[in-house]
Amino acid sequence: MSTGAAAGPADAGAPRQALLAYLLRLGDTSLVLGQRLGEWVGHAPELEEDLALANLALDFIGQARLLLSYAGEVEGRGRDEDALAFLRDAPEFMNLALAEQPNGDFAHTIVRQWLIDAWQLELYQGLTASADGRLAAIAAKALKESRYHYRFSSGWLVRLGDGTAESRSRAQQALESLWRFTGELFAPDEVDAQIAAAGVAPPLASQADAWSARVQRTLAETTLSRPAAAAYPWHGKRGVHTEHLGHLLGEMQHLQRSYPGLQW
Amino acid sequence: MWEVLRGVPDPEIPVLSIVDLGIVRHVRRGDDGRLRVGITPTYSGCPATAPIRAATRAALDAAGFGAALIEEVLAPPWSSDWVTPEGRQKLAAFGIAPPQSAARQAVSCPRCGSEATERLSEFGSTPCKAHYRCRACREPFDYFKCI
Repeated sequence: MSTGAAAGPADAGAPRQALLAYLLRLGDTSLVLGQRLGEWVGHAPELEEDLALANLALDFIGQARLLLSYAGEVEGRGRDEDALAFLRDAPEFMNLALAEQPNGDFAHTIVRQWLIDAWQLELYQGLTASADGRLAAIAAKALKESRYHYRFSSGWLVRLGDGTAESRSRAQQALESLWRFTGELFAPDEVDAQIAAAGVAPPLASQADAWSARVQRTLAETTLSRPAAAAYPWHGKRGVHTEHLGHLLGEMQHLQRSYPGLQW
Repeated sequence: MWEVLRGVPDPEIPVLSIVDLGIVRHVRRGDDGRLRVGITPTYSGCPATAPIRAATRAALDAAGFGAALIEEVLAPPWSSDWVTPEGRQKLAAFGIAPPQSAARQAVSCPRCGSEATERLSEFGSTPCKAHYRCRACREPFDYFKCI
């Protein structure tokens, strides 16, 4: 797929470096979350949930492949999706810090998933109108998947958050622990500004309200309370991560690092 | 040419060909004389995508069409509405309930035909299938889900 390399970024009119950073942020977030979800395989509380989490993982890794392939072409240094996934170190990963947080218990995984699914729904919806045709096509495809991801995670959030005292307490704990990472979802920096100015993505502020309202609607179906917004010290989008990402990459990249170029 | 493509099975549901599945988007000869086949993935992460590309290239080559170029088509995104009527019949005969149309009818049991069915899980053994159970004959079955 080298044909779109010249056309995409030129058409979009976004500075190449900003587009590259933006694609890495989206692609890395999907990749890291996909890897996390894959850790559940064989360990989920029910066979059905095991399959569901594996299905989600597969979708996220598929989205990451499309986004990172495009990122590699925009970068123009000959790195493909695999080189970007397996041969970069943690400070070069631009994923949201929320995505790399450990699975914890099932409630913790569900809360993390629900927060990110709600974010992706708004994001992909907005990106279908992107001035960058290739990104718009990827988003239109991914949006169909985000819809059922959100059905899954919000359905479980309601069941846990409105279930037994135990499930409610665990879901609330997960909310308290993960909420501080949501500040990063909509905190714009110069990359977001350049991307929005070029019409590649809608301004982050316009998505923040829709996300907040969506999250509130689901919370209202439960007895869970929304934590207060907190200042966040992490900047995953800029490569400043929590200590968890390095461990995740250690496992994910082990084979390619130990046996460079190894193929199935 | 389309005859050859109709002989390329989906690796995960081999009763369906890639034409039945609606993933072949175009077949044309380029200016260089080389055959170009546009294929769209069903789901972003569908692991069958790579084997399908390889099998398509091999089948066209074996039929004497030369080394075809397989092009990935992302837009418009694949929809289960593109599964052909013939593909739907094959799915039902194989024991997988075919995807419903936008009209959103009930899912019928592929074994006894009853519409008294219930969803067990939206996620099944492949990205494109969901788990259902028939309340009439009590058999569990796969449903090829709408997307």
